[in-house]
Amino acid sequence: MHAVLLAATIPLFLGGLLSDIAYYSNYDVQWNNFAAWLIAGGMVFTGLALLSSLIDLFRARGRRKQALFTVVLLLVTFALGLVNSFVHVRDAYGTMPDGLILSAVVTVAAILATWVGFSSLRTGVTP
Amino acid sequence: MNRSSLLAAAALASLLTACDNSDPGSDPGSDPGPSAYGANPQLPEQEHGLLPSMKIAEPAQWGGKKPTVPDGFTVTAIATDLGIPRQTLVLPNGDILVAEGRGGGAPPLRPKDFIAGIIKAKGTTSVKSGNRLTLLRDKDGDGVYEERTVFADKLNAPYGLALVNDQLYVANQDALVRFSYHEGQTRADGPPVKVTDLPSYINHHWTKSLAASADGRFLYVGIGSNSNITERGMPAEADRAMIWEIDAQTGAHRPYATGIRNPTALAIQPGTGKLWAVVNERDELGPNLVPDYLTSVRDGAFYGWPYSYWGQNVDPRVQPQDPQKVASAIQPDYSLGAHVAALGVAFSVPAMGGRFADGVFVGEHGSWNRNVPSGYKVVFVPFRDGAPAGPPVDVVTGFRGDDGKTYGRPVGVTVDPKGALIVADDLSNTIWRVTSNNRTPTAEAPSRPDTAKP
Repeated sequence: MHAVLLAATIPLFLGGLLSDIAYYSNYDVQWNNFAAWLIAGGMVFTGLALLSSLIDLFRARGRRKQALFTVVLLLVTFALGLVNSFVHVRDAYGTMPDGLILSAVVTVAAILATWVGFSSLRTGVTP
Repeated sequence: MNRSSLLAAAALASLLTACDNSDPGSDPGSDPGPSAYGANPQLPEQEHGLLPSMKIAEPAQWGGKKPTVPDGFTVTAIATDLGIPRQTLVLPNGDILVAEGRGGGAPPLRPKDFIAGIIKAKGTTSVKSGNRLTLLRDKDGDGVYEERTVFADKLNAPYGLALVNDQLYVANQDALVRFSYHEGQTRADGPPVKVTDLPSYINHHWTKSLAASADGRFLYVGIGSNSNITERGMPAEADRAMIWEIDAQTGAHRPYATGIRNPTALAIQPGTGKLWAVVNERDELGPNLVPDYLTSVRDGAFYGWPYSYWGQNVDPRVQPQDPQKVASAIQPDYSLGAHVAALGVAFSVPAMGGRFADGVFVGEHGSWNRNVPSGYKVVFVPFRDGAPAGPPVDVVTGFRGDDGKTYGRPVGVTVDPKGALIVADDLSNTIWRVTSNNRTPTAEAPSRPDTAKP
């Protein structure tokens, strides 16, 4: 379950980033709308993954360090994603370039969180 | 472990400071100074915070309370429990027509629209849209409007009103229509006749303001933009943010002025016959940008929206920009202050007496995009030699109480030539009438042209 939540964050934030790149280069405002929704979707899954990783943290026996690192990375993703969501509240080109930069950073953070999270999950099932 | 908590702390701290930057409470310039008004307002730097500063009206009942008027004046509620009154028209026999309704309903486009829609709805009435014209009559001239009839119903969010001879024009949110009218009539003879369709796709700013030229040949209709600042895309802005001049006979139209973001009320200046408008400018550039304004409307002029504001101040949220359009943008005449949301304008008459004899009344619905609210009152802009002269003077206040609650929100203002100010209040669904206490019965109004303002 945790893996599903984690895995969902990457395509959503990546989609947001690609939409931001599209709007940045062609000014078609529809991409701005896509980005706002994709980031909002990414935030939902980041939030759920964060909750799930907290539960894992308290249940983890051997690999506490890795579980904690996952929580921290997800927290960073969530915090930056929240800032990015607020930036995407701005109208029209007011989202640029801040939104594009933040989308790139958030996507990287989500990839790192998922990576670390997956390795902690794998080690978690073999005690 | 230490490093990780540091990281988290840093992330949280950056988030908090980012939020703090947008906190309008930390902005010392929240309260507009005198320099915010008049022909040359000081425009502060643009702010692009994380969240727009907001203060949504918290509605409350008037109870026994009333708005505040200057010494020597009295205010009375002449009609209550209306279906969202917006604009009024005083007919030649003294009857008052009230346009009631709620239009718009643009579909939410982004997550923001869902949230903002819920928040902003808290500051407005929850009453059902009247979609009708109500006629109020004071039979014996004692200031009590004892007769009330529905003049016409089943209209589509009517807003602007104008009478030209025996034709009553009504600007619905999607079409300009007319009724035949004869003096003393309390009900329309039948359904209206359509003069012309008006732009209504999406209808983000749905109010269609209306005024008739002094000779009655033309009708001017104010059409607001379809977005705050093009966030619905430029194709949605075709035929928006402009004032149309419509031939009353044929219904043919041409753009009279463009780039005029949301011209919410129009009026013809007595004597000169010039068209004037109050206009609501763009949001989310900070608490003191961009000033809403009062201006005479020049034929063929471009007022900047969306590319620039107050002349050549470029708005970077609009891309691609259009430097040629920006260069051609003209400055409006008079700043009313940022976010006051002027929704009504009416020229005064000498019968209003003393310091209110020459100038315009402006109804200010009040701000949302400001931590310290602005507007929520009716002001008077004094004129000299046909142009604004001097800072605005408060006329009707107290719509927002000291308790922070909002009792009413002014929209349309109309001057009764006999010497009364009519104010529509779309939060408490009331029509207020302000009169001078020492009005002499001989102060009859000078003969008025057949036309009337919205």
